[in-house]
Amino acid sequence: MTLDFSTPAHYLLALLPEIVLSVWGTVVLLAGVWKGGGATSSSRSGSGDLAVLAMVGVLAAALANGWLYGLTPGPGSPMIAVDRFHLFANWIFLLAAALALAISPAYVRRQRLQEGEFHALVLFATVGMMLMGGTRDLIVIFLALEVMSISAYVLSGFNRRDPKSAEAGLKYFLLGAFSTGFLLYGIALVYGATGSTNLGLIALAIGSGAAVAGLLHVGIALLAIGFAFKVSAIPFHMWTPDVYEGAPSPVTAFMSASVKAAAFVAFARVFQVGFGGIPESWYAIGWWLAALTMVIANVIALAQTNVKRLLAYSSIAHAGYLLVAIVALNQNATAGLLFYLLVYTAMNIGAFAVVLCVSGHSEERLGIDRYAGLGARHPALAVCLTIFLLSLAGFPGTGGFMGKIFILQGAAEAGLWTLSVIFVLTTVVSYYYYLRIAWYMWMRDGAGSGEADPVTVPLTMRFAMGAAVAVVIGLGIFPGGGVDFARAGAEGLLTAGALLLGAAP
Amino acid sequence: MTSLLEAVAFDSWILHVLVWGPMAAMLHVLLERQERSGHIAFGWTLGLFVVSLGLWGSFTVGDPGFQMASSVPWIEAWGVHYALGIDGISLFMVLLACFTAPITILGSFRYITHRQKSFYALMLLLQTGIIGVFTALDLMLFYVFFELTLVPMYFIVGVWGGKRRIYAAVKFFLYTAVGSLLMLVGILYLYAATAGAGDGSFAYLDILGVPLSMREQLWLFAAFALAFSIKVPLFPFHTWLPDAHVEAPTPGSVVLAAILLKMGTYGFLRFLLPFFPAASQHPTVVTVMLVLGTAGIVYAAWVAAVQPDAKKLVAYTSVAHMGFVVIGIFALTVTGIQGGLVVMISHGISTGALFLILGMLYERRHTRLTGEFGGLARVAPMLSLALVITALATIGLPGTSGFVGEFLALLGTFETHPVTAVIATSGVIFAAYYMLPMVQRVLFNELDREENRSMPDLSRREIFILSPMVALMIVIGVAPTPILERMEPSVDAILERVHMTQPAEESADS
Repeated sequence: MTLDFSTPAHYLLALLPEIVLSVWGTVVLLAGVWKGGGATSSSRSGSGDLAVLAMVGVLAAALANGWLYGLTPGPGSPMIAVDRFHLFANWIFLLAAALALAISPAYVRRQRLQEGEFHALVLFATVGMMLMGGTRDLIVIFLALEVMSISAYVLSGFNRRDPKSAEAGLKYFLLGAFSTGFLLYGIALVYGATGSTNLGLIALAIGSGAAVAGLLHVGIALLAIGFAFKVSAIPFHMWTPDVYEGAPSPVTAFMSASVKAAAFVAFARVFQVGFGGIPESWYAIGWWLAALTMVIANVIALAQTNVKRLLAYSSIAHAGYLLVAIVALNQNATAGLLFYLLVYTAMNIGAFAVVLCVSGHSEERLGIDRYAGLGARHPALAVCLTIFLLSLAGFPGTGGFMGKIFILQGAAEAGLWTLSVIFVLTTVVSYYYYLRIAWYMWMRDGAGSGEADPVTVPLTMRFAMGAAVAVVIGLGIFPGGGVDFARAGAEGLLTAGALLLGAAP
Repeated sequence: MTSLLEAVAFDSWILHVLVWGPMAAMLHVLLERQERSGHIAFGWTLGLFVVSLGLWGSFTVGDPGFQMASSVPWIEAWGVHYALGIDGISLFMVLLACFTAPITILGSFRYITHRQKSFYALMLLLQTGIIGVFTALDLMLFYVFFELTLVPMYFIVGVWGGKRRIYAAVKFFLYTAVGSLLMLVGILYLYAATAGAGDGSFAYLDILGVPLSMREQLWLFAAFALAFSIKVPLFPFHTWLPDAHVEAPTPGSVVLAAILLKMGTYGFLRFLLPFFPAASQHPTVVTVMLVLGTAGIVYAAWVAAVQPDAKKLVAYTSVAHMGFVVIGIFALTVTGIQGGLVVMISHGISTGALFLILGMLYERRHTRLTGEFGGLARVAPMLSLALVITALATIGLPGTSGFVGEFLALLGTFETHPVTAVIATSGVIFAAYYMLPMVQRVLFNELDREENRSMPDLSRREIFILSPMVALMIVIGVAPTPILERMEPSVDAILERVHMTQPAEESADS
């Protein structure tokens, strides 16, 4: 069946996963009201079955997403992109949502948070992300971004009894709104320069020379800044460590993986499809953002003693690696971006899951010294965290390594040798702080702090960790399928762009 | 025996078994009880060693190419292959690794007293990485195995090591990682270069066929040489080695000295010379490598001479010996490279044995300072005999393996670089200068300490560990020909490639 968007029904079909998830989010919300209605008696409202209910929605959306593979996108540049890029990105967001839902129930129960709202917000944020990856229109990107961001602001401040969480929510909101301003202004200027908000038409206008150059370049720069805020590239990263540290750990896990992924997916689409024809106008911005982010984030991470903060800087550093893929602007690099985001989602949420387990009742045990002797006390947990850390560090045998190779291949193809060397040298720097957690876990005695810390790992959490380890190791040893899949995704994105450019007179 | 090997299609499975056997053993160890883990690991590695002996029989003498080679696509989209094979150079590295593994594990029984299960599992994982490095015929596969050896070693040093173990482990890890990651960029450059003619490939033979300009060769040479020089370690990149050796538990030191260092010089021979022939014979490059090699020999000998800690002394001798290998290789003569290879084998056996003996002394007295011993020859004659023979092999006394290697390496160097050879020869004298006083202080002198009087001699297990090593030192020293004839064709092939490309590349450069 071909989707040419001749009838409104086609829009409904193209957006099926998003629609399923939105409806389901509302159902979860209502179920939460129903259950928790009347009293805050936590005995009934805290059983975690709302998380299961939300998970069913994720599963349904995944089925819908799989079904979309059977459809062929029609010609032109409609608002909704039914290309493989969109569908691959959806898998990433759905995986992130599923993992986040699996690791959160115990925390939500412990902190007596409103279950229904929490899980519904995770689903709504996911809808926003999926839309961000799936549209060719700047206005829709903006709307999707807001859907995602507002959910994320609320989630970060969700534990309002905890001043740190409230602070994180406020900070995220203020800086997020600020950065959205840049984005919106950029969209307005690009619209002024090209006469359209549709990426395909923007590319056409640029290709035919009809765009107003000065206006366009300022617009591109503003858009780049807006996205740089969202992916937390240096120097627009200031909010990240505070927000990631203050937000509840399940939320941090979710945000650090999928909000970043969504921003990157949209970043890639806007710049590669929309502005792919004039890479010289944004190449330098991207290059410097990538280089600065890799170097500064990795160096600052060396000094962190709070594990959550350390992982926050690590996630900024990863934004740097991923920016290399955006700058490289070829199929391999874009496929590498998708592949890396998939692995990153699994390994980052996995690492945060272990942090959540270790951190205790209300996240009071976040210092790295709390990990001393963890290997002796909780070997399974420590093995999992070691695998996630090795993968984040990019060690052979893990998906993180294959992802880095993938991006580096793209960079090599584009001839970005300096950036590649910065990439690998900063990776060495990152080894130090990832290994530091490993050496605390395995090489230090936990005497004193150790035995008293009870660590419980609920069943759903075990599932999440097991799944994350499976993804990380599976893609690390047999990446072939994932690589082909990601390539198909990137192909969908770039051929669309090229076709449009080719069609230009 | 050859017919038997043929009948079971030995060639087709042996390398895969040697690579993945240790991994299977690791799973077995993890599933078993703690107390049995050492015995299981020993059983597996001994079995694998016995099987690996078949390599000697089924290896075709005189064939310079890769034997027992196989190749299966691993990541098709990237042109990565799971390709294994050995030639006359890797054959001995594989045999050495298979020979050392059971001995090392047997030598850990008394030294490793906590978390045995994890320890043996890591040792076996390390073994998979090592054999993989020496047999991989695909650069990505090689890189994966090369890095894979880092993680187990990091934990072996960091968990079971001495007082400053974490410092040593991290230093070891970061040093080697810097080099290997830059090499990764080089590998990707080569990959991109193969892609020029269609689909890219990481296969060794495909990359051999890539034409590279002088400029490219020099840059890539630098990237690869840095990785391997740190691993060797070549002076001045050696500073991680004494720390790692001193802090590592005995088995860790043995594997590190006997096998892991060889991955560096193996990399020189397998990748540097064939991939970048023009750069490898560039006069400046050759001079730099020879000077660094010689500096390592002389400097390490002097530093070794003043070490009170026997383990640190042996660590520095490693730097000196690997210096001989490097000058042997960059002399670019058949004799020199063969000598370098024999030094690699001989150093693997003799230094491995030295570390084991020091470990045995440490288990008895809990010290490694040579001054704490004295007069052991009277109370522990067997141990003393082993130490004396090993020390003589380390010095390079005629009739031991050390002599064959160093003599050939120096001879080969003398053919093309006489001055270097003369300076390096002084290293042999220095070797006696640091080794013999150490032996004297430990074994002879006065038996003036009470605790030394009651020191037990070698147990049956320890005799079983040391005797094959001592025997091999002498066998190789007396009859090196079977080894030399097997490696010669492959060495010839490398040198032919290096020399053949000379004129074309030089004209392209000018």
